[in-house]
Amino acid sequence: MSRAEVDDVRVASGPREVRRIWTFGLFRSELGITFRRWRTLALLGVLAAVPILVGVAVKIETSDGSTLGGGGEGGGPAFIAQITNNGLFLVFTALAATLPFFLPMAVGVVAGDSIAGESSAGTLRYLLVAPAGRTRLLLVKYATTMTFCLVATLVVALSALTVGALLFPLGEVTTISGTRIGFGEGLLRALLIALVVAASLIGVAALGLFVSTLTSSGIAAMATTVGLLITIQILDQIPQLHAIHPYFFSHYWLSFADLMREPVYWDELLKNLGLQGLYAALFGSAAWARFGAKDITA
Amino acid sequence: MPHTSTGGRVTESVIETSALTKRYGKQLAVDQLSLTVPAGSVFGFLGPNGSGKTTTIRMLMGLIEPTSGRASVLGRPVPREIRTVLPHVGALIEGPALYGFLSGRDNLLRYDAADPTADPRTRRARAESALDRVGLTAAAGKKAKAYSLGMKQRLGLAAALLQPRRLLVLDEPTNGLDPQGMREIRALVRELASEGTTVFLSSHLLDEIEQVCTHAAVMAQGRLITQGPVAELAAGARGRLTVTTPDTGEAARVLKELGVTDLVVTEDRVTGEPPGAEEGAQAPGDLAELNAALVGAGVRVRGFGVERASLEDAFVALTGEGFDVAG
Repeated sequence: MSRAEVDDVRVASGPREVRRIWTFGLFRSELGITFRRWRTLALLGVLAAVPILVGVAVKIETSDGSTLGGGGEGGGPAFIAQITNNGLFLVFTALAATLPFFLPMAVGVVAGDSIAGESSAGTLRYLLVAPAGRTRLLLVKYATTMTFCLVATLVVALSALTVGALLFPLGEVTTISGTRIGFGEGLLRALLIALVVAASLIGVAALGLFVSTLTSSGIAAMATTVGLLITIQILDQIPQLHAIHPYFFSHYWLSFADLMREPVYWDELLKNLGLQGLYAALFGSAAWARFGAKDITA
Repeated sequence: MPHTSTGGRVTESVIETSALTKRYGKQLAVDQLSLTVPAGSVFGFLGPNGSGKTTTIRMLMGLIEPTSGRASVLGRPVPREIRTVLPHVGALIEGPALYGFLSGRDNLLRYDAADPTADPRTRRARAESALDRVGLTAAAGKKAKAYSLGMKQRLGLAAALLQPRRLLVLDEPTNGLDPQGMREIRALVRELASEGTTVFLSSHLLDEIEQVCTHAAVMAQGRLITQGPVAELAAGARGRLTVTTPDTGEAARVLKELGVTDLVVTEDRVTGEPPGAEEGAQAPGDLAELNAALVGAGVRVRGFGVERASLEDAFVALTGEGFDVAG
């Protein structure tokens, strides 16, 4: 080897630059491996099955011409009584049925596994020496989890829309306020509701990501996140704790129904989105602080 | 002539640490380590399991924060400028880690995507040539969970070879491999070194270090015992002068007069430390004179020579304990 080569050990700043556009390669790769995993596909499969079950159950129960459960707000998730008149309502019913548990559980699994899963597989150290960069990796993981929130919600909505269209008539939509809107407008509201439901999961996603930076066990992180989710849901039912209820990430979840009012009642919807933003900021910063300084020994 | 930077500091070392320390609670994992890895060397980092090798490597790669002390890799301080350094470094740390549900090829694409300096347009081609280099082309489409340990190890190496590197850090690269696999990895290391890549290779296998390394450092219990060119380290273990003769008593007397110390007389052999051995160098002339003196004194010499010390002798001499080849 020539002397010159030996001496030139300092890293030249020129030849290997970080290209902004290339840094998105990791996000694409992350999306790829998230949605190619059997676990992710199974979660999405379960979510797609919920509207099918609800739709078929409603169809069977009403096949003799009777109304469902005597109508009113009596039993089952919101909007369930309207499904027989309009299949579009299956979208709202399915989202109302999956939002309290199925959707956040799926998000908890993906978010909880995000960093901890890489850590327990040992792949985290190789990503970091690649070098992925800790902040970049965390952002990519969070962006992927949020993408999953959106995809999971859309899977529920689209499955519900398909089942609703197949089993029930479609047509004009009666809002909660009693006014009627066209089917096109109803479809638009359904999309808006799906987006709001997806956004409602931002808080759980941030919480799961933070938990994921605390441990080197993917299973532990998933279990902790889902456990927290259940705990919060239970605490939200205890009236003596009403003073702190507004700070629970799940407290305003079902406010998405307000999008079916005419005019739309924005108060709780905005509270919900604000709360999700707060959770994202709080637990996102906590995750960043924790992950940025963490010794990677796994 | 070594190149000096403007500050007059010699920048010929690829890795340099000074008083690098990592403490976990009360336990010192790495204690005041000052290491210098010359550019172009194949540097063996030797020590029993648990002697602080992996902790040191993790500090150099920015995975764990040193408790105190400084380190620089490729002339840049780490962990502060680690992201400028790492694209030029290929690493295999504590065995390979792969995504079992991805194929070997997709694992490489995944790791390459993590490097923001890696050109996505050449990604596939670079992955293919890395696979080819470690002999995994035929198995590239198989899921990584179906790989044998040796194949996983080779895929880990392929990931380290996705880009041209200035430094390869290989932590126990032959761990868990059969003799054939070990030979292949060692041949690859030699090949890479001959292309000018500095290789930093940790191992608990002495013969591995002796076979492939030009330089070595020895660790024990978190502390650096010694470092330098392998030949010097072995020589530092002071090869013993051995004289085979029927006249052992007379031979011992003559040798003692001439300054040979630590004489041990066995049946027909006299062994001892040749004079000047403490300096680590033995002038050949001295040995010839010793021989002449023996013959002059009427000692019938059957055999005369210095038994070359192995690195293992060096290690035993340095640590005062046997080298535990665990596993």
